[in-house]
Amino acid sequence: MSGETSALRLTGLTKRFDRLAVDALDLTVHAGEFYALVGPNGAGKTTTLRMVAGLLKPDAGSVNIFGIDALSDPVAAKQVMAWVSDEPMIYDKLTPLEYLEFVAGLWGIEPATSQPAAEGLLASLGLEPHRNERCEGFSKGMRQKVALAGALIHDPRLIILDEPLTGLDAVSARHVKGLLGDRVRAGCTVIMTTHILEVAERMADRIGVIAAGRLVAEGTLTELRQQNGHHDTSLEDLFIALVDVKREAA
Amino acid sequence: MSTATALSWFARHELRLAWREWLAMMTGGRRRRTRVAIIGLIVFAALMHLPAWAVIGRYATLEAPLDKTSLIVITSTVFLAWALMLSQAIESVTRVFYARADLDLIMSSPTRLANVFSIRIASIALTVTFMALVLSTPFVDVLVISGGARWLAAFGVVTAVGLSAAACAIAITVLLFRLIGPARTRLMAQILAAVIGAGFVIALQVAAILSYGTLSRFAVLTSDATAAFAPDADSLLWWPARAILGDSQALLLLLAASLAVLGVVMLIFSPRFADTAISASAFASSRRHGKDTAFRGGSRQQALRRKEFLLLGRDPWLLSQTLMQLLYLVPPALFLWRSFSDSSTAIVLITPVIVMAAGQLAGGLAWLTISGEDAADLVATAPLMPSSITRAKIEVVLIAIGVIFAPLVAALALLAPAQAAATAVGVVIAASSATAIQLWFRVQAKRSQFRRRQTSSRLATFAEAFSSIGWAATSALVLALPLAAAISALMTLTILAATWKLSPTRE
Repeated sequence: MSGETSALRLTGLTKRFDRLAVDALDLTVHAGEFYALVGPNGAGKTTTLRMVAGLLKPDAGSVNIFGIDALSDPVAAKQVMAWVSDEPMIYDKLTPLEYLEFVAGLWGIEPATSQPAAEGLLASLGLEPHRNERCEGFSKGMRQKVALAGALIHDPRLIILDEPLTGLDAVSARHVKGLLGDRVRAGCTVIMTTHILEVAERMADRIGVIAAGRLVAEGTLTELRQQNGHHDTSLEDLFIALVDVKREAA
Repeated sequence: MSTATALSWFARHELRLAWREWLAMMTGGRRRRTRVAIIGLIVFAALMHLPAWAVIGRYATLEAPLDKTSLIVITSTVFLAWALMLSQAIESVTRVFYARADLDLIMSSPTRLANVFSIRIASIALTVTFMALVLSTPFVDVLVISGGARWLAAFGVVTAVGLSAAACAIAITVLLFRLIGPARTRLMAQILAAVIGAGFVIALQVAAILSYGTLSRFAVLTSDATAAFAPDADSLLWWPARAILGDSQALLLLLAASLAVLGVVMLIFSPRFADTAISASAFASSRRHGKDTAFRGGSRQQALRRKEFLLLGRDPWLLSQTLMQLLYLVPPALFLWRSFSDSSTAIVLITPVIVMAAGQLAGGLAWLTISGEDAADLVATAPLMPSSITRAKIEVVLIAIGVIFAPLVAALALLAPAQAAATAVGVVIAASSATAIQLWFRVQAKRSQFRRRQTSSRLATFAEAFSSIGWAATSALVLALPLAAAISALMTLTILAATWKLSPTRE
């Protein structure tokens, strides 16, 4: 396990609801990498990540997180991972500090470690003045920041974020992006879905484009341009071209 | 659009919303179930005629003039209905204040807010009255079938009672806002609703226990002492009773008075309704402060249990529900205390009350802890086996039930140890059964949807009620009639088994 260089490896991952949502997806994310998963609505991004986080059972395929088979040993896989959804998962009747104490307790972090970490996170996310206020009066952006602090309190090796910037103002979004960048530089792996292609373009080491449950392109921005013969184009133009090709093929 | 047209349009809009909310309550929010819900409602209404017959059938032949005791019983029943409707209306008004849903839209529209809120007040009054009419129909039917059409006047009395209760509820809630502010009003209104709803019955029971050593509230109402204190037969106090019996003058006066009260309330409080609603929505975005505490260690399950206890303690709906359950325990507790001095055999009545309350309270607690998980994804992605999470949540329910009911069982143990043991076992089984039903029918929901928990699964609601009743009966019978207790236990287990069989399949 110690020699494992892939943070996440998906093999033949399949999920069907009324229609095929994820179609035998193969995907590898390297350790210490910032990976952005982009795609049109209904492409299967969230379904894929929910299967990785253990929130959905795949119909077929395997999920491997730092060498741990997440389907046969979900507890060990969850211990090293954090999940942040676009809808903040917090409790209205708890204060941010109480929430962080709860999350740290769930991940079995000793108070001697978790309390200073919580203080640091609240300060870095600009939540320090609100540490003892119940979350019920918080704006969407503040709630998202509390949820993000909860995801980081146990110092995960892999952070999975589903549209984390939704509802954040420019200052908060910059805070969050800075925090995620710091984590990646410290060796953490980040996988993020986003509709804001500029964020993927600026922050991601590699970008995966998913459409109709399949990975249609993957690589750095330069690689994606080369693969598709668009040398000076933006990710947005590239994305539209890739998705249109997939739609025409379908 | 003229003002009158705009207002009639808004009235139609309010009625449509009220109708859809009621339909959603009946169908659990599933549109396909409308036909099933209507059939179910008709069957339920038909079945309700049986208990109605048992309770009220014998009074169908009553004719005016009535003796004082009959006047007292009828007037008290009307007052009880009024108190229950007042309790329901206070809850409705509070909900309207704190639900922001369309307040921003209404308040930003170019209409006169006092007029719009007059309609909203009228809509609340109509909804409360409509529910009262629906619930009273089986009882009035029984009276009409057995005693003649003159009993149809009872519908008029129910309407008057509904309108006046809604008017008082609005006045009380707005005054609470003015007196104690929006921060405390929500909790206080819920507590008040619980106390008013249960208060009258409990007060009668307490009086009956203290004066006559019985739990029957009719002991007080039918006593000579009450008759001696009651005013003469021509008093205004008896007009509701006279109206029910078909006195058209009394009925018209009652209806006119209730409409006048509602009109005055609309006149005085409609302009303030907007201010109150604004204060409530401002409160929703205000901050409540806690204090710094050092992080506590312990196992992951301990962290879960701590979180659940913290949230249960801060849940205003649960607080009022628990208060109501505890209020209903006051008479048996008092009865228990009285029984220390005289070794009454009637003490056996305490057991079913305690067991029933434990089952019902456990059902509510179990829904909040098991289904009402606001951060379901967070808990599901935590490094714990799902079974550990469920176990921790069940422990919270059972610990809470233990803390609430242990003192009562301990007091009972001093007087009747065998009965206390039977009660303790009954409490544990009833609470476990209610929790199991909530587990079988678990849904992912927000805690704020607690009020709607009974509509998400009718089967679970009925199973929970029948299970509590079954275990209450079993516990009451186990010492005196063991065979009957065995039959009751078997029937309750059959209900539980059938419920489990019909519960949704889980992954």
